[in-house]
Amino acid sequence: MNKAASITCTIMFSLLLAACGSNPKRTIDGTAAGGGATVNPVTIDGVDDGSQLDPDSVAGRAPKERVIFFDFNKSEIRPVYLDIITQHGRYLAQNPSGRVRLEGHTDERGTREYNIALGESRAKSIARMLQLQGVSSAQMRSVSYGEELPVDEGHNEPAWSKNRRVNIIYEVEVQN
Amino acid sequence: MFSNKILSLLGLLCLWIVSTSNVLAVIEIEITQGGESAIPIAIVPFGWKGNGSPPEDIAAIVGADLQRSGNFSPFNRDDLIGKPVSGDKPRYGNWRIAGAEFLLIGAVTNSGKNYGVEFQLFDISQQKLLTGFKFQVTDQTLRNAAHQIADEVFEEVLGIRGSFNTQIAFVSVEGTGRKKSYKLQLADADGQNPQAMLTSPRPILSPSWAPDGIRIAYVSFEDRNQSAIYVQDRQQGSRKKVISKAGINGAPSWSPDGERLAVTLSFEGNPDIYILNVDNGQTRRITQSPAIDTEAVWVDDQTLIFTSDRSGGPQLYEVSSSGGRATRITFEGNYNASATVSDDGQSIAFVHGNDVGYSIGALDRASGFFQTLTDGSLDESPSFSPNGQMIIYATEKGGRDTLGAVSLDGSVAQSLSLDTGGVREPAWSPFTN
Repeated sequence: MNKAASITCTIMFSLLLAACGSNPKRTIDGTAAGGGATVNPVTIDGVDDGSQLDPDSVAGRAPKERVIFFDFNKSEIRPVYLDIITQHGRYLAQNPSGRVRLEGHTDERGTREYNIALGESRAKSIARMLQLQGVSSAQMRSVSYGEELPVDEGHNEPAWSKNRRVNIIYEVEVQN
Repeated sequence: MFSNKILSLLGLLCLWIVSTSNVLAVIEIEITQGGESAIPIAIVPFGWKGNGSPPEDIAAIVGADLQRSGNFSPFNRDDLIGKPVSGDKPRYGNWRIAGAEFLLIGAVTNSGKNYGVEFQLFDISQQKLLTGFKFQVTDQTLRNAAHQIADEVFEEVLGIRGSFNTQIAFVSVEGTGRKKSYKLQLADADGQNPQAMLTSPRPILSPSWAPDGIRIAYVSFEDRNQSAIYVQDRQQGSRKKVISKAGINGAPSWSPDGERLAVTLSFEGNPDIYILNVDNGQTRRITQSPAIDTEAVWVDDQTLIFTSDRSGGPQLYEVSSSGGRATRITFEGNYNASATVSDDGQSIAFVHGNDVGYSIGALDRASGFFQTLTDGSLDESPSFSPNGQMIIYATEKGGRDTLGAVSLDGSVAQSLSLDTGGVREPAWSPFTN
């Protein structure tokens, strides 16, 4: 034990045991990756994400159909949705205090950041159409969640087709 | 090319870890495909002098590391012809007959909280001692010491720096529907010791390691329907919102000097690449196309590679970090995006989409040689190991989001999954020491 103790004292780090003349390629001292530090965690809660505004809520007088679906990898509006968007445009133009959030989403295929961009492009397609109806830019804002918030978590076309969407969410809806 | 040789459940490791939230999580690593020219190495269980049993099985950790690399094929313990723990002259002839090309032996001596670790690596055919060291660690650092021994063996035998004593960052998601918990987690490169550095009810994405291995940039949607890029110090737990403009704030990637981030912003119209000075918040626009430009990564201080759909579908382009004309670099397949660059700048890996699905592809920048490394249908988020030997990526297996890792030549593959939820967006740390 005395011998072991004296070895402990004399050799702290990376002492050459063999007389073969080599050195360790790297310092071996048990240092953890990232400098040996543990992680100092951060927790976010009580986020005000406006989720009281249920995207499916149709309480007010604005048009009830509020989800526009898209083709794969496309941000062009399908002709079948032109009427619906026109109704929203008319409503918002007539009610300048109304506010909408256009939330763009994609299916899970492709990369996450490209999908964030694709979702924004979908939201902006609708914003442009609304603007043509006379809706002011102050009444609209867009956000893209890309593939992060699917409504259907399946890995197939029926699920994907539901996820490729823009939700038209009324942040301020005129009630009377 | 991609080999379909599957070694079923070879080296299945089931490891129980208590995570920071005290929820028992299992990380499981499964080697799904072994290397064909793996080097046989005999790793003898390390000797033990101390009370009770040793807190870690060093030989098992080293063996698992080396096996996961695909470059080594450690002996099963039952096949070891002897169990020496010290001595300068192993029975070379016997080990050669047993088929070993290398032999690793060692011992651990315990005194209080300190552990003395010694090991020796022998070349059996050359009949010589290659390397051997003795060093002191604590009970907290014993596992890291084992990874460092594996790194030493790897570099001594192959002449390539090992990346076993490194970490991976990834995003995990638990829960369903609107009740989700997103965590940005760090774990050792072998999947052990996962720790959440950020927990949020809103999506977290695109983690990127600073070259110092301490700061991590990521995108968070914690603000009211607005993305923002944060930089968090993993040690201090301090975090700073570095940018949150109208529209997209995405795809952060650290410059080699650790002072700037390449980012995607859309406040000037549509998504373009910008360089953000992390200290003073100033931005400089790099691309100006009317198409989607995103996912920039640094090849070196002067060069960026990014994704753009300016030619139709997403493809990879190269551009100077001071801006100017971009050059397209991918031509095979209709979808090439989300590049990761090897440390030497020679290879890039990326998401490659074709009619079958999305897999991980790799391109040699000098020769233009392209190959597909994986056969998944929804593979994404590739990230090179710091020694450029492996690529970790997100994949879908049995309906669940898991992580996979594949060697740059496609010859060895493994999967890593978390039993409490999906895992995605892995990012391999840089070397930190």
